[in-house]
Amino acid sequence: MNLNRCKETLGFGLLRLCAVISVLILGVIIFDIAFKGAEVISWEFLTDYPREGMTKGGILPAIVGTVLVTFITALFSIPLGVCAAIYLSEYTREGKVVRLIRAAIRNLAGVPSIVYGLFGVVLFVRGFGFGASVLSSGLTLGLLTLPWIITTSEEALKAVPKSFREGAMALGATKWQTIRTNVLPYAFPGILTGAILGLSRAAGETAPILFTGVAFYIPKLPTSPFDQFMALPYHLYILSTQHHATEVVKPIAYGTALVLLAVVLAMNLLAIILRYRARKKLKM
Amino acid sequence: MSRLKEKAIHFLFFLAAFSTLVILAGIFLMLVLNAIRAFEDVSFRDFFFGTRWNPSAYGEPSYGIVQMIVSTFMTTLGAMLIAVPLGVGAAAYIAEVASPRVREVLKPAIEILAGIPSVVIGFLGIVLVGPLIADAFGLSSGLNALNGSILLAVMALPTIISVSEDAIRAVPTEYKEASYALGASRWTTLVRVTIPAAFQGIAASVVLGVGRAVGETMTVLMATGNATAMPHGFLDSVRTLTATIAIELGEVPHGTAHYYALFAVGAVLFVISLGVNLVAEMITAKHRRLTK
Repeated sequence: MNLNRCKETLGFGLLRLCAVISVLILGVIIFDIAFKGAEVISWEFLTDYPREGMTKGGILPAIVGTVLVTFITALFSIPLGVCAAIYLSEYTREGKVVRLIRAAIRNLAGVPSIVYGLFGVVLFVRGFGFGASVLSSGLTLGLLTLPWIITTSEEALKAVPKSFREGAMALGATKWQTIRTNVLPYAFPGILTGAILGLSRAAGETAPILFTGVAFYIPKLPTSPFDQFMALPYHLYILSTQHHATEVVKPIAYGTALVLLAVVLAMNLLAIILRYRARKKLKM
Repeated sequence: MSRLKEKAIHFLFFLAAFSTLVILAGIFLMLVLNAIRAFEDVSFRDFFFGTRWNPSAYGEPSYGIVQMIVSTFMTTLGAMLIAVPLGVGAAAYIAEVASPRVREVLKPAIEILAGIPSVVIGFLGIVLVGPLIADAFGLSSGLNALNGSILLAVMALPTIISVSEDAIRAVPTEYKEASYALGASRWTTLVRVTIPAAFQGIAASVVLGVGRAVGETMTVLMATGNATAMPHGFLDSVRTLTATIAIELGEVPHGTAHYYALFAVGAVLFVISLGVNLVAEMITAKHRRLTK
């Protein structure tokens, strides 16, 4: 009996240790970046161009580039993804075609990001003739984000009670009217949460933009969708591996990492809060 | 009129959903069509069984990918050795031991870990993990397979935890109640009843974790040193399939054998990811049949 107690305490202690280590990893990542990155963060760092071979100055073009490319990603993947989710959740029963579509979505989610990069080169950069541009990169990231948007949107739609639909149908509303007035408004917070999480992943991606439009250094901000751009993740990659003096620019690399992390974490936090509030509301 | 509008809307939504199939087929076709052209200059045998990758060698370029496949699977194996025990342990804790309050904190934390950009983790591999490894083993550089494995473990951990946790929570309470009724302790019930009952879901989580590790680019690109030679141990520098594409595609002239060979490498990655997905689906399908 005593031995069993010992085993149980030890066992549960071990499991707790696993959980603690997992959270500790997150803690180490955030604290290391936050403390060392904070030293270089200043108004100038956020609003200035890189200077003197990136050893001085700021990261403004990388911040603007990441915002722009994520915006294009959103414009492409959210409408397409939500429409696909509406079809899967509202318009169809499980048949052969739907099973195929679902399998395609699951497989797309598993395709390595660098393969999306190859696809982006062939389709957008060359095929459509968009060249290496913020548009090509945004669309490539949009493809990558699409399966995520569809899956999370479908979950949000499925969470809306059946009776909401039946109520509208009973009043003679058509299918689309029902969806527009009695389903989408209630699924909206869930869809938004999923979309923000998906976009936060896209904003931090590097591999798909490597060959589709991101640039080492550009002395001006992009003014058209066909311009090349700088991006935070790529800037961090360049500073830590490709720069001729990686030790000298290490503080700037930390600062870049902090800004990237702050953008991504802020989006994550926003999504988590939105979901928390939506859940509370549904419970009432 | 309104009937027509309804039909048009229905068709529009169908097209959106159908586009996913078109995209997947498009990726497949794009890879195959470009990869085939590589084999006009390179033999299948040299590509799949050669152990030297040196496409820019003057006179006699070589296109063997065996050492890249070994590198990819080595870093993935190392990552799983770390992430599986840690992830399944943490999942069991969150699902069965933690109080609801603790769970409310742990779950978002794991979700945030999943959201950390791979380039940030790669960066910490260079500035944090690398020096630690170099010190511990007396090496001049800590950029090697071990470093890559540690970083990939971090990348795969959230997937393993969340999928395993779902599997453990999905075990019917009747199983546990029966075990308690027989006088088993909470620990015995967890180890002998709950986890074995969730085994299939846990296995699926590991397979998905493998998929993430194999397809991950930036962390291994930054932290493994990228030497093209065949690795002999975890302290050797390695260069994975993903890293090779990332390093070379930017510099290679369009339309050369080298260019198409990189698409062939991409095709290999694509096939591996489909295979991983298929295995995961077979496991969960079997699981569903068993629980029914």
